[in-house]
Amino acid sequence: MDRSLDGKHFDAVIIGAGMSGLAAGIRLAHFGKEVLIVEKHNAPGGLNSFYSLNGRKFDVGLHALTNYVPPGVKGTALGKILKQLRIRREELDLSEQVGSRISFPGESLFFDNDFSHFETEVARAFPKSIDGFRRFVAELPTMNDPALFKRMDSARAALAGYIADDALIEMILCPCMYYGSASPHDLDFCQFAILFRSLFLEGFARPYAGIRPIIRLLLDKYRALGGKRKMKCGVSRLEVDGGRVRRIHLENGDCVTAETVLSSAGLVETMRLVGKAGEQDDPRCHERLGFAETMTILDAEPSDLGWKDTIIFFSTEERFHYEPSREPVDVRSGVICIPNNYRYSDGKRLEEGWLRITSLANYDYWSSLEEARYYEEKVQAYEALTQNALKILPSLKGQSLDDLTKATDMFTPRTVTQFTSHLRGAIYGSLEKAREGRTELQNLYLCGTDQGLLGITGALLSGVTMANAHVLNK
Amino acid sequence: MTREEVQQEILNIIADIAPDEDLGDVKPAVRLRDQLDLDSMDFLDIVMELRKRHSIEVPEADYPKLETLDSCADYLTPKFNN
Ligand SMILES: Cc1cc2nc3c(=O)[nH]c(=O)nc-3n(C[C@H](O)[C@H](O)[C@H](O)COP(=O)(O)OP(=O)(O)OC[C@H]3O[C@@H](n4cnc5c(N)ncnc54)[C@H](O)[C@@H]3O)c2cc1C
Repeated sequence: MDRSLDGKHFDAVIIGAGMSGLAAGIRLAHFGKEVLIVEKHNAPGGLNSFYSLNGRKFDVGLHALTNYVPPGVKGTALGKILKQLRIRREELDLSEQVGSRISFPGESLFFDNDFSHFETEVARAFPKSIDGFRRFVAELPTMNDPALFKRMDSARAALAGYIADDALIEMILCPCMYYGSASPHDLDFCQFAILFRSLFLEGFARPYAGIRPIIRLLLDKYRALGGKRKMKCGVSRLEVDGGRVRRIHLENGDCVTAETVLSSAGLVETMRLVGKAGEQDDPRCHERLGFAETMTILDAEPSDLGWKDTIIFFSTEERFHYEPSREPVDVRSGVICIPNNYRYSDGKRLEEGWLRITSLANYDYWSSLEEARYYEEKVQAYEALTQNALKILPSLKGQSLDDLTKATDMFTPRTVTQFTSHLRGAIYGSLEKAREGRTELQNLYLCGTDQGLLGITGALLSGVTMANAHVLNK
Repeated sequence: MTREEVQQEILNIIADIAPDEDLGDVKPAVRLRDQLDLDSMDFLDIVMELRKRHSIEVPEADYPKLETLDSCADYLTPKFNN
């Protein structure tokens, strides 16, 4: 496949071999289209890729595959993806979470994949709000409901119409924003409704071996269908004439043509390839949220340490802060994930203990540091994030985390930009979403993050729906 | 092709789209979407698979004719035998 692509014509060229690009590629190749996926990085997966460090396998992201529903539940996002990509459920080898928690000062709410448990928790902790909470859930629109996309109002305001306790509103918003809000402070009701459903009404699952088997499955499917792929070679420029992309220039100097271009690189990032957007000074980039994540490999099974939660969404202040970080890392809120705490089949355990901690981080700060300082500052931030998390996690009773630690790694917003080319280290992309996937060019469409569907499940669904709408069912 | 064979071919297509569905007991007179987890995206896929495998075109106005196995047979048998 390393023969020159120069001069070749395709039905569709897809920019990016992340979840959305691979899903779009599978759909198009399945229906006989000539497709080329072009990926800048050497590994597929994008924001949910993988790497090895000192012989140990790491996943970039993957706390949880959201939107998990058991077999037989109708009309769900997971079901749609499986059917559209012709994947059998067993192929994903999903195991359900043990149980997760939202932890705020003075209050903690447990939830798992059985929504009635969360409801019971809300009733226990916020009796004044339980009726409103139930009414809210009953009226929550579904993804298929066209009315959903008309409600662009504030999620905070909408929730206040149902729920009397401000503290409960903060606690519900925290996981929803961390798992998919591109916008600080608040998000639109439509995005919120999608996230609430995917986290609480549906749930969390994970394959035993992490993200790799999912990516392998997608790649194998794509390859078997005859799809072509060019790795380690980005698109350098989209040449435009008469309102259409005429030529796609690759970093190695090759140039290809296509009827349709689908880009998962992001809205502003894609328009930069066309020469229609600036870099950092584009106002659409300013409020972008950057994140940092630490990974600690433990010489212990976390549940033996009393760490039994799958995921903890926390805030150390009553009012939850979700905004561009002014500090290198903002430890006031975040997510703690323990991938060991899934119910793997046959009681299997992961070979090592894992602790992942995510918080908001400041892109400008991290990207401005010269190399040596950058590594020093990462050590400091690692300490800050883990020490903070130890205050949220059940006490280690005299043991020290350092003594239990076998290895660590950490990424910052700078890492995200380096490996995925998303501007300002943004994971959830631009504030502005193109829900229809359209751009100002007739044959250039967006899929993935900036089309508005986020997370692994969302990105897969985005690739599918954009391939359908703009190529297959045109 | 007989009506039965046409119905079987529709079931084969559905089995490929939704391999996790139990197709052993599909009632021919009942709407497919009432018995199985099939939505409008899946019906479009049935249409596209018919085009891909049998070069049969189903115009959008005729999508309702794919509602049940019986209506599929009524509508598609002449097309298969054309
Ligand atoms: C640390 C972390 C943890 C996460 N945890 C979870 C989780 O637990 N659960 C969950 O559901 N989601 C999680 N996510 C979010 C999820 O990974 C993303 O929402 C999803 O993967 C986005 O997919 P995408 O296809 O839209 O974009 P991307 O994955 O960003 O794909 C875009 C691809 O395009 C490539 N590209 C960019 N520019 C060019 C160019 N010019 N030429 C060629 N290629 C280009 C990039 O290299 C990239 O591979 C996490 C993300 C991160 C970073």
